This record gives sequence, structure tokens and C-alpha cells, in this order.
Amino acid sequence: MIEVVGVNKHFGEAHVLRDINAKFSAGKVNLIIGASGSGKSVTAKCIVGLHEVDTGQILYDGRNFTEMERNDRKEIRKEIGMLFQGSALFDSLTVEQNVMFPLTMFTEMSREEMRERANFCLDRVNLNNKNHLLPAECSGGMQKRIGIARAIAMNPKYLFCDEPNSGLDPKTAIVIDNLIKEITYEYQMTTIVITHDMNSVIEIGDHIIFIHQGQKWWEGTKEEILKTDNQEINDFVYAADFMKEIKEMLGKH
Amino acid sequence: MKTITNIGKYFIMLRYVFSRPERFKIYKNRVFDEIEIIGLSSIPLVALLSGFMGAVMTLQTAANMDSPLLPIETIGYITRQTTILEFSPTVISLILAGKIGSNIASEVGTMRVTEQIDALEIMGVNSLGYLVLPKIIAGVLTFPFIIILSIATSLLGGLVAGVQSGLVTQEDYIKGLRYWFIPGDINYALVKAVVFAFIITSIASFYGYYTKGGALDVGKSSTQAVVFSSIAILVANFILTNLILL
Repeated sequence: MIEVVGVNKHFGEAHVLRDINAKFSAGKVNLIIGASGSGKSVTAKCIVGLHEVDTGQILYDGRNFTEMERNDRKEIRKEIGMLFQGSALFDSLTVEQNVMFPLTMFTEMSREEMRERANFCLDRVNLNNKNHLLPAECSGGMQKRIGIARAIAMNPKYLFCDEPNSGLDPKTAIVIDNLIKEITYEYQMTTIVITHDMNSVIEIGDHIIFIHQGQKWWEGTKEEILKTDNQEINDFVYAADFMKEIKEMLGKH
Repeated sequence: MKTITNIGKYFIMLRYVFSRPERFKIYKNRVFDEIEIIGLSSIPLVALLSGFMGAVMTLQTAANMDSPLLPIETIGYITRQTTILEFSPTVISLILAGKIGSNIASEVGTMRVTEQIDALEIMGVNSLGYLVLPKIIAGVLTFPFIIILSIATSLLGGLVAGVQSGLVTQEDYIKGLRYWFIPGDINYALVKAVVFAFIITSIASFYGYYTKGGALDVGKSSTQAVVFSSIAILVANFILTNLILL
């Protein structure tokens, strides 16, 4: 479980996170949603330590990440897998080398064992026989899947996905969403997905936090978010026409 | 104020760069890769530039020696001294600041804006150590050899140009090269090479690592890396000359 307790963050004069409190459980896909510039990515970056919080605490299964020294944080970071918006694969490494990278840095595995683990992870994301390609030779969807394979290579306890569907066609986006959901349930990881994609909310959101103007505005399940009367959430959720139709259908039933 | 902040950030960066590596074997492999990128790939450019510069130096020295009182060996002597003391260590380093500095800054800057550095940090890898230390080690190890190569090709270029033009004989030129040779001058050149290699690789890495924004900002970082490493080379050159030669 990851707990966020009273987190505040400023960038200069701008107060971008205001007293954020949240709990993210293991074995669930936790979504942080919100409009662009609402502070959801900053929240995620504070949780993983890419941004330092001004006040508040981040607890990983009770371990206070915010008060740890840089070297102590490394131990927790080895338990974190992250899928980045742009995949963030290492350009100069092949697909297989990208997935093997955390293993080469932090495990005592032999070359053969690492290769086996990399192949297992690539199989898990349905990528076979692509080991020797460079990231630039892969499509956007493939890059996301390689990113997931790299993220799960170390068998992490915590998985972060920053806008996993951005730049993908709807069909591939659903494949990625389902993959995240399956992996979360299979390995009982604490998964946090940052998104503004309502398809993802409906498809995989077990627990949803809505961030608005740097504050936690709302928290609940995907069923609850569709029925809430909160104006800001409705403005966000029902911005698309097809979502309005869903709402009307829900109203009729 | 920004300059002072950057100087502070630069020294803080160096502290992380020289912290204990996670895996020596991985770093060793990275050093070999960087030796190829920083050192070996620069050899053709350095050889070409040095050869021609040595040739021009010889021709200009010969063309400007009007006094019959000056022995003809002076041509070789002046070419040697100019090459060893300034041209090879300083001018070649300034040229390499452009080639290597922009390469490093754009590589690291692109990794920054495409979140590859964030990915390293999230994994628990000391991204500064992993990315920058091998570049600094590779630079410091290869620059002395590059400068020696530059000295050799420059003097050879001078010989070919001098003899071909008929301005000096091979014997006189070589006699000039040997005349009043102080081995300490080579040490001076090598010390400068090591210091300049450190300056180029670390400053370029600094500007690349702290790039913010997108492709345009990577370009700006590359430019800043070249400008500031060139200025730092000139300042360091002045200080080293005062410390070693005077």
C-alpha cells in the first residue's frame, strides 16, 4: 500500500499540490485523473520521488519515503516499476537489453538467467521475436509494451503508469489497459495510473482519485464516478458526447 | 546570480558523479563505449586539423623569417614550441569542445527530455554516475593520447610542407625540432589535456543533464555547453600556464 499524507508542493509562487491525502491499495488499479495542469503528474512524481514534497509524507507499506536519504530510497526504488508517457526506453539498447537493464544493475543473475527473465516479461506483454530491435524500430504500442516489460522485470511491488494510452489508437490503448489490469491482479501490485482517458477509467479503474486545481477533489470507484453530482467531475467525465450518452443510459436504468 | 547558482549546481553534480557506482562491471563497459565515442571517433578530425595546421605554421614561420641572422632550424623550433605549448593542447581542445561537448550535451539533454534519466532514477540508478562518470573517465584517459597524436601529425605536417615547398630541408627542420627541447613541455601539454578533457566532458554533461523543455532546449544546452566549456578552457589555460610555466 502507498499512503500520501498531507502533501504540499510549490513551484516558485505556484501552489501546485494542496494537502493531498490518499491511500493506494495493493492488488487494485488506482487511477489519478484530472484535467491537464491539474497536478496529477506532479502528484505521481512526488510519490516516486522525482519531485521533493514541501510538506507531507509518502509511505510505502509504512516506510517513510520522504524522510529517507538518497541511498536508502534506492532500496524502495528497486521495488518500483514505471511506465512513462513516452515509454522512456533507452535509445542505444535493444528491446531485450532494455528489459534486462534493471536486472544487470541490481541482480546477481547470470547472463542466461537475465535473458530468460527478459523473454518471460516480453512474452507476458505479447512481444515475441522482437528482442534485437532498437526502440526506434518499434511502434508506439510496442514501445509501451516494452516499457511495461521493463517495469515488471524486477518483479516490482509498485507499478506507476504515466498516461499509458497517450498517442495510441483506441484498440491498442485497450490492449495496454488490459495488460496493466492483468499484471496488477496477477502479481498483486499497488498500481497507480495517471490518466485523463475516460476509457481507461471505465475499463480498469478500481479506485479513482480526481485531482482538481492541485487538490484531491473526489475519490471513489468507477461506478460512483459515473453517478456523482459533483460539477467539476461531471465537467471532466462528460466532456465527450459518448460519455453524455452513457450518462443518459444510466439515468434511464 | 544565475551563473553563481550554476557553478554551485555544477559542483553538487560532481559530488553525485563521483559517488560509488552500483556496478563496476557495467561502468567499465560504459567507459569503453565512451572511449570509442569521445576518443577514437575524434582521431580523423584531430589528425587532419593538426596536419594542416602544422603545415601552415611552418610555411608562415618560414615566410616571416626575414633576418639572415636567424638560423633556418628556427622554423622547426618555432613549429615545435607552438604545437606543444598551445596549438595541440589548447586549440585542439577548443575544437573538441565543439565536437564532443555538443555531442554529450545533446545526448544527455535528449535523455532528459525523453524521460530516460527519470527512468534511471526511478530504477534506483545514480543517473549522474551512470551517464557522466564514464564520459569523464573516457575523456581524461583518451585526451592525452589525442594530444600526442595531434603533436605528432602537426610536426609531420610541418615537415612535409617545409620540405615540399623548399623552404627548409628535412635535416634542418628535424634539427630545429630537437633544438633546446625541454621534456617538461610535454608534461605541461598532457596536464592541460587532462584538465581540458575534464572541463569539456563535465560541463557538457552538466548542461545536458539540467536541460528543461523540449528539442529547442536541447539545442540551447548544446550551444551553452560549447560556449561555457570553451570559456572554462581559456581560463584554465591561463591559470595552468601561470602555475606550470612561470
